[in-house]
Amino acid sequence: MTPTARDTVLGRIRDALALAPAPATTVPRDYRTGRTLPDGERLALLTDRLVDYKARVHPCTADDTARVIAEVLAAHGARRIGVPAGLDEGWLTAYDGEVQRDSADIPAPGLDALDGVVTASAVSCAETGTIFLDGSPDQGRRALSLVPDLHVCVVSLSSVVVGVPEAVARLVPERPTTLISGPSATSDIELERVEGVHGPRTLAVVIRTDA
Amino acid sequence: MNTFLGMPATPPRSPYGTGNLRGDRKFPKAAHDELANGQLRRNLGRATSTIRTKRLVVTGELPDWEQLRDAGSAVKTDTMNRLPELLEQLEQKVTERGGTVHWARDGVEANEIVARLIRATGSSDVIKVKSMATQEIGLNEHLESLGITPYETDLAELIVQLADDKPSHILVPAIHRNRDEIRQIFLDEIPGVDPDLDNVPAHLAAAARAYLREKFMTTRVAVSGANFGIAETGTLSVVESEGNGRMCLTLPDTLITVMGIEKVLPRYQDLEVFLQLLPRSSTGERMNPYTSLWTGVTPGDGPQDFHLVLLDNGRTAALADPIGREALNCIRCSACLNVCPVYERTGGHAYGSTYPGPIGAVLTPQLAGMDAAKDDPNSSLPYASSLCGACFDACPVKIDIPSMLVELRHQHTEQSGASAEKLAMKAAAAVMKRPKLYTAAQKAAALGRVVGGRDGTITHLPAPFDGWSDSRDTAAPPKQSFRSWLASAEGAATLRAAAEEGVLPATDAHTEDQ
Repeated sequence: MTPTARDTVLGRIRDALALAPAPATTVPRDYRTGRTLPDGERLALLTDRLVDYKARVHPCTADDTARVIAEVLAAHGARRIGVPAGLDEGWLTAYDGEVQRDSADIPAPGLDALDGVVTASAVSCAETGTIFLDGSPDQGRRALSLVPDLHVCVVSLSSVVVGVPEAVARLVPERPTTLISGPSATSDIELERVEGVHGPRTLAVVIRTDA
Repeated sequence: MNTFLGMPATPPRSPYGTGNLRGDRKFPKAAHDELANGQLRRNLGRATSTIRTKRLVVTGELPDWEQLRDAGSAVKTDTMNRLPELLEQLEQKVTERGGTVHWARDGVEANEIVARLIRATGSSDVIKVKSMATQEIGLNEHLESLGITPYETDLAELIVQLADDKPSHILVPAIHRNRDEIRQIFLDEIPGVDPDLDNVPAHLAAAARAYLREKFMTTRVAVSGANFGIAETGTLSVVESEGNGRMCLTLPDTLITVMGIEKVLPRYQDLEVFLQLLPRSSTGERMNPYTSLWTGVTPGDGPQDFHLVLLDNGRTAALADPIGREALNCIRCSACLNVCPVYERTGGHAYGSTYPGPIGAVLTPQLAGMDAAKDDPNSSLPYASSLCGACFDACPVKIDIPSMLVELRHQHTEQSGASAEKLAMKAAAAVMKRPKLYTAAQKAAALGRVVGGRDGTITHLPAPFDGWSDSRDTAAPPKQSFRSWLASAEGAATLRAAAEEGVLPATDAHTEDQ
């Protein structure tokens, strides 16, 4: 019987390791983990990083979330927006445009017709200015936060951690996860950074400082 | 069969004549032409110096950068030691989550698998995320030969594809092109592009956005590579900037990911190391704009048909080499390209392989061999270096590229048999062991002055040393060697004077410093 490609490749690997055996390795993890910082410092660090990426940052109190979201949408002329099915309805009470509650059967061109999207977020990393979306009901499927040209992302300060290890530790591996660090960008032409290629060209981050 | 007999067999390299792991001429010849391109050198010089500066700033920000490098290096080494079990675990987890895993012995087999999967969908178009593995195996060429049109969606890959060109850099494949050239390529090749398009990078990017938007919305199949595959959870990852990756990984019904077997990582937690090392080393950013992590199929979110193709194509041959296997630790950040004085001047095309620069010079011969044919162009790659060591310093997983280059030079010399050069070196070794003979030989060498030109250099050495003088001038031997000067009255007087001035201690103290 001819061996399968799987058997052949695994056999080759075992042969290679038999020909060049190596001692077992232990991984030194002496880098920084488990860091914490007070609220004010995490807020300042995250804001600094996001602004560096040319994202818009709008700090507010939890009570003020709906008003700030409405202002941000109005400022970008967003008359028709998409939201994930599980987004807090209270966040949209001040918005007077059309809202499309997302569902999996809306095809991508149906998202392309939207002016923007509002989602929550799972975790954020202050040191790198990275927001993690994990497909929870208040964040929606991945296409929703990708296709529209404006992404208004709501971050609770309590979900902001200091570094990458602290953020990765909070993730659920099986969930489809997207890390977002600013609007889409390219440096492919003479290494000159251009914000906005295929993903949303505008990223507005609403940070709820007491939530 | 050897496996059953308990005798390990050396795994094969990537089959000769397939894929994009070999140029059509040797590095010095190719480099000679590239160096004559002033535009290329200006584009490259500016780009590499920009990115070098950015990388130093953001790596300098992290006080634990060296600890992260140590961890990254150890994770990759550990991975290679446990590759069979990790790949089986990855396969099991991906399968449990609704994906299908395929294995490919080489690039030809991987191309066939991908083409078969695309045909099964009925689509004749496929959108692609920038991927080194599919470039390596020549997937686009294979698909085109079957009437399937691949659309590269990364801006730089699009530029390269439209211009019928080859990538010249791992991270920024169109780095050899400037904005005017890119404008012209878009005007010539993008259907319906605005004829008034100017050369402003933002406008060029907008033109690409408009062109590809329709492809993203309508194409039902995507092909990607993978930066990492997590054995513990079956999670795959693509690290990118533009959002074209997210589009391809999210919108189509079918996703086919081609991943080299060395890209597996043991634990999900390992991402905490590589998500710090990769962006800072690669683009010099604290984090790249987008990273996607997906695990098999998620109902109601993204492609419902997911295939993972695990590719060997010479990787197991590299693994069988105790020194060369370190090249498999590479995470494709391209930091070594940007710091390399050779790459900075010749550009990527001179290497002839998908993998250029210092890592390419060691990885390419490991994957594809360097003596597969007479005058194999790959045999010149280990010499495409001054061994300055900048690549080793920059590598986020501490790959000792200079030592590997030296080892490959050794292997190449061993493989090329008893050359005249080898015999000459043996003779030189014998002479140098005998001081009297050596002094006599040096006197004889001074006769070489007659072949030196007015500038005191010899441009063409006789065989067997002509290989050496192909790319270098050789200084004509001096009138007097240092040894004979030291032994002369003038030499002795100079040493005495130096000792009196205190430059040298009167006693033989310099050995104490050593």
